[in-house]
Amino acid sequence: MTPVTVRRWAWIHKWSSLVCTVFMLLLCLTGLPLIYHHEIDHLLGNAIEAPKMAPDTPKADLDAVIAAGKARYPNKLVMYMSQEADEREIWYLTMGDHPTDEAFKSVAVDARTAKVLAEPSFEGTFLGVMFHLHVDLYAGLWGKLFLGFMGLLLVVAIISGVVLYAPFMRKLEFGQVRRERGPRVKWLDLHNMLGIVTLTWALVVGATGMINTWADLLVKYWQATEMAEMTAPYKDLALPSKLGSMQEAMDNAVAAEPGMQVAFVAFPGTAFSSPHHYGIFMHGNEALTSRLYKPVLIDAQTSEITDRRKLPWYLTALLVSQPLHFGDYGGAWMQFLWAMLDIATIFVLGSGLYLWLKRGVQAKAPAHREDDDVAAELREPAYATEGEAR
Amino acid sequence: MSGASPFLRMWGGPIVLAILTAVGLVSALLGDGVWDYVSAVALGVPTVACAWYGLRR
Repeated sequence: MTPVTVRRWAWIHKWSSLVCTVFMLLLCLTGLPLIYHHEIDHLLGNAIEAPKMAPDTPKADLDAVIAAGKARYPNKLVMYMSQEADEREIWYLTMGDHPTDEAFKSVAVDARTAKVLAEPSFEGTFLGVMFHLHVDLYAGLWGKLFLGFMGLLLVVAIISGVVLYAPFMRKLEFGQVRRERGPRVKWLDLHNMLGIVTLTWALVVGATGMINTWADLLVKYWQATEMAEMTAPYKDLALPSKLGSMQEAMDNAVAAEPGMQVAFVAFPGTAFSSPHHYGIFMHGNEALTSRLYKPVLIDAQTSEITDRRKLPWYLTALLVSQPLHFGDYGGAWMQFLWAMLDIATIFVLGSGLYLWLKRGVQAKAPAHREDDDVAAELREPAYATEGEAR
Repeated sequence: MSGASPFLRMWGGPIVLAILTAVGLVSALLGDGVWDYVSAVALGVPTVACAWYGLRR
């Protein structure tokens, strides 16, 4: 690489990092408790547990489950109902004043007795605050897209960092940290070492996080294209005044997709259905297939199937990118490693910031040693070329 | 690694760690049980490397 090329990449690395670092530190810090959100929920006593019953206890009629939620909130309608894959004894109902109500209420209903178990609280709780700071900065879609742009800058910073790795490491062994050369050189070496070691992880988590910020837009696009196509015959019909049986709808969906289980149901008018349909989203049992949904669209009046198709590639990509961001698909060890790599990333960000803040310190030294030449590049425009010529 | 080519001397470690990380990220997606353990070991290597190179004197 010529000195000019190095200087260009150094400029890219400096500015892409500087702009996103504060937000990335925020994302790393708030992401840490989110890795352990289940455990923290349990610890804080916010987790909802269904009473123990024999595993073959028959499930309650879904219409009774919905009725239980409606009894709690007579003036609200159901927006979604969902289950966790490993917790089939609880239905979570999302209820709002209208199908896209953002101030919705959550109600947990026992799937066997159709009795309300609890109302999960999220907004205002510790995890709720962490979630918003991590996902949208309390600024909705624009907050998400802003953080997505910061994620893009992170990806640029990582790639430019890899390009700069070679000139910086010319005289060093892999992993070498020159502790005896003062704090700036030590932290430069630590920055380079931690950066290159966590490279792939940080790149994947950064890129998938960025993709996740586009989720709302991708779903909107899907609704405007494929969903509109599937529900075209209903376009001019009057809205259903009375909804058909959910239990019947579910029976039809399960019969149509043997081997799959329901993940969630979107009620008419929500982002995942049409005004005339229940969207029943099925998923598989395997590690990967449990992440991929297949929507079955059900006429919300007759409870008969209207259409069912695989999700388009961009939604499949979104769904696959979610576990790769969350680190929730490999058990306790993966959670732990996710947390450790997250902390390593905090060190990379922090040391990068430190190196920038201390950029003038060693440039003042009258003579510098050869292997500091490239290091000097990030703090001083004057580039010493003698080390670069091979 | 002094006998290795200059390219491998600089990039050998990073490439091995990148491959291990990729294996770790993908394997747990493909299945549960043994796949999760493969993933833990593969992702564990870069994590341990951070601590090893970062803390040794």
